[in-house]
Amino acid sequence: MRMDLKSQTIDKIDKLVPRYPTIRSAALPLCHLIQEDQGYLSKEAIEWIANRLDLQPINIQEIVTFYPMLRTEPTGKYHVRVCRTLPCALAGAYSTCRRLEEELDVSVGHTSEDGLVTLEFVECHADCGKAPVVMVGEDEYTDISPDRATELAKKIKNGDL
Amino acid sequence: MEHQQYRLIFKHVDQPDYSNDIECYIKNGGYEDLKKAVGMQPEAICQEVLDSGVRGRGGAGFPAGMKWKFLDRKSGKPIYLICNADESEPGTFKDRQIIHQDPHQLIEGMMCAAYAIQAKLAFIYIRGEFYEGYQILERAIEEARNKNFLGDDILGSGYSCDIIVHRGAGAYICGEETGLIESLEGKRANPRIKPPYFPAALGAYQCPTIVNNVETLCDVKHIIHMGGEAFSKIGTPGNTGTRIWCVSGHVQKPGYYEFPCAGVTLGQLIFDVCGGLKPGRKLKAVIPGGSSAKVLRADERFKGKLKDGTDFDWGVEDIPMDFDSLMACGSMSGSGGVIVMDDTTDMVEALANINYFYAHESCGQCTPCREGVPWMRKVTARMCAGQAREEDADLLMNIADQIAGRTICAFGEAASWPVQSFIEKFKDEFIQKAREQAALRNDGKPTKIETTLI
Ligand SMILES: Cc1cc2nc3c(=O)[nH]c(=O)nc-3n(C[C@H](O)[C@H](O)[C@H](O)COP(=O)(O)O)c2cc1C
Ligand code: SF4
Ligand code: FES
Repeated sequence: MRMDLKSQTIDKIDKLVPRYPTIRSAALPLCHLIQEDQGYLSKEAIEWIANRLDLQPINIQEIVTFYPMLRTEPTGKYHVRVCRTLPCALAGAYSTCRRLEEELDVSVGHTSEDGLVTLEFVECHADCGKAPVVMVGEDEYTDISPDRATELAKKIKNGDL
Repeated sequence: MEHQQYRLIFKHVDQPDYSNDIECYIKNGGYEDLKKAVGMQPEAICQEVLDSGVRGRGGAGFPAGMKWKFLDRKSGKPIYLICNADESEPGTFKDRQIIHQDPHQLIEGMMCAAYAIQAKLAFIYIRGEFYEGYQILERAIEEARNKNFLGDDILGSGYSCDIIVHRGAGAYICGEETGLIESLEGKRANPRIKPPYFPAALGAYQCPTIVNNVETLCDVKHIIHMGGEAFSKIGTPGNTGTRIWCVSGHVQKPGYYEFPCAGVTLGQLIFDVCGGLKPGRKLKAVIPGGSSAKVLRADERFKGKLKDGTDFDWGVEDIPMDFDSLMACGSMSGSGGVIVMDDTTDMVEALANINYFYAHESCGQCTPCREGVPWMRKVTARMCAGQAREEDADLLMNIADQIAGRTICAFGEAASWPVQSFIEKFKDEFIQKAREQAALRNDGKPTKIETTLI
């Protein structure tokens, strides 16, 4: 089984695995590392991780299907996550999300047809004092009212982000 | 009225000239407490922590010193320390600030705790969404290792311990300590049955393990600094130290505010510290300890006897912000997440929002939780979609009553308490919703009205 991984990824994996008391503990970190490298976890990736850790593919499969942040499909170029939990909702997160849907021409839970954005709802991101919270990739944007969502969407569409 | 914050844990948070690197931390007296700690007997530190009375800041409020006493030291197995940095209880955002702005305080607190319990290895289990926080911690740990504050033979004491930062991946249940341990072991985060899996006896890798919240571990550093006795003087007996209240929702100035336990009342926190509500709005309800805590209705009165025998008779605004007072009012201080709702809030929608969260997060091991929580979500979602029935309130209560107390982990309660308290305190609104929709239906009008919270 071959995987084209960046040499830094391989490096990180080789350093990380022996640090844990049991090899299986490295399963979730490896999923993260491979997902960062490849954008998502393919069937081959899952087999590769299992093989690297001397586990069965099902042992990896079962965590990939359990943890919401692990993906078996690539996202759009921009991965936009809108927090919808109560504090953000009280601050208008659902309106923010509707605005993003309109501006980016994609419905929440989907990737736009041109592959530019994946728009998703997520649960509390632990920054509720600055609600509504929106993530674009790993960058956090806070106090995103519908109007600020429009600005954010413009930047995404213009590639300014 | 001004209420002076007591910034013990958040001393440097949001200070303009403070940065999160080790030089800045050391310049401000950092790692002096670790130096002091490694010169003490480990048992002496455990005693200080016990004397301090510090209770866990992660949700349950269990005294940390007592938990440490439960460690199985006879087995001869290695001991592990885990910092719970999952910060996943909705409405809570304090650990994030510590990690981002003062990571070395956490590392110092952790190394003091690790030395005290003689841990072989320590972990920070950080929620996957905190990617930046993870990078900050990785860098800070490297800095601390280079200065021998962790790693081999720490400060020449002969004691060695390292920290591994382990990222979660978006599952709330990883905040539950035995789910966390399963996750750390590379499995699904299915919580374990207690007994026998009390972490202090049988935790990570079947070894004795202490799991403490980020804030609790920071407290350990300050306990070493000032001594357990002095720490126990902050706050009130049984409710010692400071608490960081994270206020969100319908207040003018949401944010995090640190006070001694019982240093402010809920009313002072909302109206003075947070600037009150938006103009023209009235307080309707408060969830005082993260979204699992039972909701308080603005016009409720609470009467009874406190643990020490004194009588109390409080309105919502009079409740002292500490562990025992909120518990005496039938709710909890939980993780310190105070969610404020004004009179524009539709309580059915608010509960529908909360139910959506818990239905999404059930790990699925226990039938009452796996089946019941999504059922409650469906009922409240249907009510908000224009199909409310008068009997829904009783149905919801019935489902919640059959979950709480019948599950492997406390998620069952966490998901049931909002439903039980919303129905108990706002039942009329649930029935009203059904009646309004019935009236619309009779008039031939659509019953689905635009919602804002779901
Ligand atoms: C469903 C559930 C979620 C929890 N989430 C968290 C969390 O995000 N962070 C946390 O520190 N504790 C959380 N806890 C509490 C932990 O199980 C554990 O009691 C705590 O980490 C112990 O630390 P402490 O004694 O310092 O509070 C949660 C508990 C339950 C039942
Ligand atoms: S109560 Fe729910 S979350 Fe907890 S173990 Fe059971 S199914 Fe999982
Ligand atoms: S509810 Fe959105 S960050 Fe907490």
